[in-house]
Amino acid sequence: MFGKLSWEAIPFHEPIVMVTLAIIALGGLGLFAGITYFKKWTYLWTEWLTSVDHKKIGVMYIIVAMVMLLRGFADAIMMRTQQAMATVGSPGYLPPEHYDQIFTAHGVIMIIFMAMPFFTGLMNLAVPLQIGARDVAYPFLNSLSFWLLVSGVVLINVSLGVGEFAKTGWVAYPPLSGLQYSPGVGVDYYIWALQLSGLGTTLTGVNFLATVLKMRTPGMKLMDMPIFTWTCTWANVLIVASFPILTATLALLTLDRYMDFHIFTNELGGNPMMYVNLFWAWGHPEVYILILPAFGIFSEVISTFTGKKLFGHHSMIYASGAISVLGFMVWLHHFFTMGSGASVNAFFGLATMLISIPTGVKLFNWLFTIYQGRLRFTSQVLWTLGFMVTFAIGGMTGVLLAIPGADFVLHNSLFVIAHFHNVIIGGAVFGYIAGFAFYFPKAFGFKLHEGWGKAAFGFWITGFFVAFMPLYALGFMGMTRRLNTTTNPEWVPYLYVAMFGAVLIACGIACQLIQLYVSVRDRKKPENMCEHGDPWNAHTLEWSTSSPPPFYNFAVLPKAEVIDPFTEAKENGTAYQAPAKYEPIHMPNNTATGVVMGALLTVFGFAMIWHIWWLAIASLVGTVAYFVIHAARDDQGYMVPVDVIERIEAEQHKRLVAAGKIPATATRVETSLEQA
Amino acid sequence: MSNLVTNVGHAHGHDHGHDDHHHDSGEMTVFGFWLYLMTDCILFASIFAVYAVLVNNVAGGPSGHDIFELPYVLGETALLLFSSITYGFAMLALYKGKKSQVLGWLGMTFLFGAGFIGMEINEFHVLISEGFGPNRSGFLSGFFTLVGTHGLHVTSGLIWMAIMMYQVQKNGLTATNKTRLSCLSLFWHFLDVVWICVFTVVYLMGTL
Amino acid sequence: MSKNRYPRLLGLLPLLGTLLLGGCNMTLLDPKGQVGLDERNLIITATLLMLLVVVPVIVMTFLFAWKYRASNTQATYTPKWSHSTKIEVAVWTIPVLIIIALGYVTYKSTHALDPYRPLDSDVKPITIEVVSMDWKWLFIYPEQGIATVNKIVFPAHTPINFKVTSDTVMNSFFIPGLGGQIYAMAGMQTKLHLIANQNTELEGISANYSGAGFSGMKFKATATTQEEFDAWVNEVKKAPKQLEKAEYEALSKPSQNNPVELYSSVTPNLFQTIIDKYEGMNPGKPMHHEKHEKEVAHNMEGMDMSSHSAAGAEE
Repeated sequence: MFGKLSWEAIPFHEPIVMVTLAIIALGGLGLFAGITYFKKWTYLWTEWLTSVDHKKIGVMYIIVAMVMLLRGFADAIMMRTQQAMATVGSPGYLPPEHYDQIFTAHGVIMIIFMAMPFFTGLMNLAVPLQIGARDVAYPFLNSLSFWLLVSGVVLINVSLGVGEFAKTGWVAYPPLSGLQYSPGVGVDYYIWALQLSGLGTTLTGVNFLATVLKMRTPGMKLMDMPIFTWTCTWANVLIVASFPILTATLALLTLDRYMDFHIFTNELGGNPMMYVNLFWAWGHPEVYILILPAFGIFSEVISTFTGKKLFGHHSMIYASGAISVLGFMVWLHHFFTMGSGASVNAFFGLATMLISIPTGVKLFNWLFTIYQGRLRFTSQVLWTLGFMVTFAIGGMTGVLLAIPGADFVLHNSLFVIAHFHNVIIGGAVFGYIAGFAFYFPKAFGFKLHEGWGKAAFGFWITGFFVAFMPLYALGFMGMTRRLNTTTNPEWVPYLYVAMFGAVLIACGIACQLIQLYVSVRDRKKPENMCEHGDPWNAHTLEWSTSSPPPFYNFAVLPKAEVIDPFTEAKENGTAYQAPAKYEPIHMPNNTATGVVMGALLTVFGFAMIWHIWWLAIASLVGTVAYFVIHAARDDQGYMVPVDVIERIEAEQHKRLVAAGKIPATATRVETSLEQA
Repeated sequence: MSNLVTNVGHAHGHDHGHDDHHHDSGEMTVFGFWLYLMTDCILFASIFAVYAVLVNNVAGGPSGHDIFELPYVLGETALLLFSSITYGFAMLALYKGKKSQVLGWLGMTFLFGAGFIGMEINEFHVLISEGFGPNRSGFLSGFFTLVGTHGLHVTSGLIWMAIMMYQVQKNGLTATNKTRLSCLSLFWHFLDVVWICVFTVVYLMGTL
Repeated sequence: MSKNRYPRLLGLLPLLGTLLLGGCNMTLLDPKGQVGLDERNLIITATLLMLLVVVPVIVMTFLFAWKYRASNTQATYTPKWSHSTKIEVAVWTIPVLIIIALGYVTYKSTHALDPYRPLDSDVKPITIEVVSMDWKWLFIYPEQGIATVNKIVFPAHTPINFKVTSDTVMNSFFIPGLGGQIYAMAGMQTKLHLIANQNTELEGISANYSGAGFSGMKFKATATTQEEFDAWVNEVKKAPKQLEKAEYEALSKPSQNNPVELYSSVTPNLFQTIIDKYEGMNPGKPMHHEKHEKEVAHNMEGMDMSSHSAAGAEE
C-alpha cells in the first residue's frame, strides 16, 4: 500500500537530524501561525502564489534561493567542522553515512536550488522590464516553472526527515548511483528533485528566449538590448540546449534503477563512462548558465555606478556568446583522468583554455568602464570589485586545471574544490548578491541598509579567502575530496583555518539577515524610500518605472532605439512623458494551475521514490488532467480599464514631481509611440 | 499555452504594425512550441548517442541482426508516415474551415498512430517473452529506451489528438484550437522525422 | 574609503602565508618521481604565464577603482566614451598570445605525460596489476606471482607499469608523491606509468569517491633498492595466505580500513578474469542463429571462453 515507506524511514536514532527537523518544524509552525494571525492567507494566495506576474514570480524565486542558501551553508559549515575535527584518533561528530549525504546535498542545493533560482529570480524581475515588455511570452508557464522548482525543493528537504539523501556526490556517477551500490531511496530523491526542477528550468529557457526574441519594445534592436538581458539570453540558449541532456541522463539512470535496464551498470553491457560524458555535457554548460547572468549584473552595476556607458557593449555580447558556444565543447575536462588518450585530452584542454580569452575581454571591458568614470563605492560596487579580484584568481586556477598534465595530480583534490568555489562564490554568488542589492529597491520601493550590506561584503570576501586559500594548499598537499576523516596531521591546521573562514562567511550571512530586518523596519524613512523608481540614476528602461512597477509595467510601450535608452531620454528631457490618453491594457489572469500541478508532481515524485505505484499513477494522471482542464478553460485574460491606468500613472506622476525628477508643471505630451 | 490571445476588437485604436504579440499570440504559441521541440530534439539526440554507444554491448545475447524483422518495421513505418499525410490533410481542412473534415482526418491519423503503437507494443511483448527484454543487455536496454521514448511521445501525441478532437467537436475551429492543432502538427511531423532516424540507425543499420 | 581595501588585504594574507610557509611540505610540489616532477614543473610554468595577465588585472582593479572614485573630481570623466579599437585589439590579443603559449605547452605536455605512454628508460620495467575493491586496493605482481592488499613495494629508478581495473564502482588510483592518477573502472583496463627517483615511503589513495569506506581506502607505496625489493618479494612468497578463489571471494566482501595482506601466490590470470567478469562491456560476438533458439551460452563460437572456467569469475 505504501511501497517501501514505513516508520523506519524517519531517522529517530540520529540526534542531529531530529534536532534539525524540530527546528524546521518550529520555524514552519511559526510561519504558519504568523500568516494565520495576520489573516494573510487570502492575500498570499491571490497576490503571490497564483500570480503569473513575472515580478512576483521573480521575488518568490529569490526567497526560495535565500532559504536554500541557509540550508546549503549549514551543510557547508558541518562539513568544514567535521573535516577539521575528524583526524588521527578522532572520528569527528558526524556519522560517516550522514557526512556522505551532506556533501552530496550541499552540492545539489547550492547549484540547483540556490544559484539557479537566484539567477532565474533576478532574470524574471528585470528582463521583461529591461526590454520594455509587459510580461514574459508565456506567463502561465512561468508560474509552472516556479512551482516545479518548489517541487524539487520540497523533495530534497523531505529527504532529510523521511528516508535519506544520495551518498554519491552531487554528480551521482554510476555504478555507485545504480541500484546495486545505492539500493536505498537517496539516489531516487536526487533523481526526482533534479528531474522536476530541471523541467521547470527548461520551460524558463524557452519562455525567456521567446520573450526576448518577440516582445522587445518597438525600436529596440537585439544588439541594443541591455547587457543583463543579453547574458541571460545566452544563459537561456545554454539551458534549452543542455537541460534536455540532463533530463535524458536522469531518465536513463531511472530506467536502470526502476526497471533493471543496463545502460550504466557494470554488468551485462552497461557503460558507466557514458554517464560521465552525458552528465558533464550538461554539467559544464550548467556552470556557464550560472555565471553569465552574474557577469550581466556586474556590467549593469559598473556602468550605473560609474555614471558611464559600459565599455564595449557589443564586444561584451560577442564575448558572452563565445563563452556560451565554447562552453559546449569542453566537458571532457571534468574527467581527463578517465583515460581518453592524449589527443582527446589535448583537444578539450585547449578548448577550455580558449574560454579564458572572452572572459578576459569582459574583465578588461569592466576595467575600462571604471576608467575615466566616477565610481561610487556602494555595496553593489564592492561586490563587483571583490568579484573582479577573486574571479581572476579562480579563472587562473581553472586554466591550470585545464592542462591535462596538471590535472592528473589535481583532479578531485581540494584544489579543484577551491577552484570552483572560487569562481562560483566569487563570480555567481557575489553577482547575485550584488544583483539583489541592485534590484531590491525596484521590487519593493525602498533601499537596503548600506552599512550592513558593506559589513556583509567584508565578512564574505574575507571569509571566502580564509576558507578557500587553505584548500588550494591542501590540494597541493595531496588531500582528495569527499573524505569524512583524514589521517595526515599536517593537514589539520589548514582545515581549522578553513573552518574559521566558513564561520566568517556565516557572519556575512548574519549581516545580510540583519540587513533585511533593518531595511524593512526603516523602509518608510525618507532617505530609504525610492518609489519614484530611479534610486541609482541608472541607464535602462526598468528604472523608468515606479518601484515597484505597476502590474502592467508600462502604460505605454517605451521608446528605445539606442543602448542605455533611459539615460538618453533623461538627457533629452523626454523621460517620463505621459501620453495624451491611455488605452486599455490586456493582462493575463492569475491561476492556481501552476500550484496544483507542482503539488501533484511533488506527490508523484515522492510516490516514485517510495515505490507507491498507485499514488504515482494517480498523481501523474491528476497532473495531466488538471492541465487539460486548465487548457480547455482557455483563459484569455482581461482588459485593464483606462481609469485604473490613469489613477496609477497619476500617483507615479506625483512621486516624480516630489522627487524632483520632473517639474510640477509637466503636462501630458502626445508621443508618437505605439500605444497599446 | 499563451494567455495573451486577444479578443482583438476593443484593444486597439491606432496602427498596430509592430504590436504583433497581441494579434498573433497564436504565432507566439507556435514559436514557443518550436523552441520546446528543439529541446526534445536534443533529448532524442542524447538517447541516439546512448544507443550508438551501447549497440554492440550484447553481453552474449542477441544483436539487432538477430531480432529485427524489417518487413514488420516497414509496416509500422508505413502506418506512421501515412498518419503524417492524413494529419496534413487535416490541417488543409482546418485552413478551409471544414470542421467535419478536420475531425475525419484527425480520426484517420489517430487510427494509423494507434496502429503504429499497437505494432510496437507487440514487438516489445514478443521480445520480452523470449527473454530479450531490456534487462538482458546494454544493447537491448538502448534499443528499448530509444524506440520506447519515441513510442511514449507518439502515445502522448495520440492522447493530445483525442483531446483536440473532443475540443473541436465541442467548440469548433476556434483560434485557440487552430493554434493547438498547429502545435500538434509540428509535434506529429517531428516524431515522424525522428522515426525515420530510428528506422535508419536502429533497424536498417542493425540488420545490414 | 578604506573599507573595500582592508578586508581584501586580510584575505590575501592566508593565501600568501600558506604558499610561503607550507611550500616545503606540499606533496605535489615536492614529488619523488619523474612524472610527478614533470607535472609540477608544468603547474609552475603555467601559473607564471597566467600571472602575467592576472597580476596586472588585479592591480588595475585597485588602481582604477581608487583613481576614478567619485570623490576624486580631479580625474577625467568621460561618461560617453565606451569604445576604443586600440583597447579592443589589445584586450583580445594579449590573452590570445598567452593562450597560444599555454596551448603549446599543453599540447606537448599532454602527449608527454599521457599515462598510457611507457616511460623512456633503459631499465626493465616491472608490472603491477591494480584492482580497486570495496574499500581496499588489491595489487597483483604477475611476474613474481604474488599479491598484496594495501601495500606495494618497488625498486626506485625502475619504471612501473600499472594496469588498473576495478571489481566494483569507479575509483581513481593515485600516488600523489609520484605523479598523476588514472581511473579504475570495472570491465576495463587503464594504464599508468610511474617511476620513483629515490627510496621513499609514500601514501596512495583513491581519488574518486566510491562509497562508505572511501576515506579509509589508502595504501602504502614504498620505493627501495633493487636488493631490498627482491628481499621483500621473497618475504611475501613465504606468506601463509594464498589468493585463490575462496580467499578472493572473502576479500570481495565489502570491508573498510583493511590492514595490509600478503599473498604468497595468486590464481593465474586473476586480473584478466576480473575484467572479463564484466564481459558485457567488451562486446561479445553476437549469436548467429535464429532468434528462437535459447541456447545462448553454448553457441558462442569464437569467444574466449577462458573467463568462464577461471576460478571465481561468475557473472
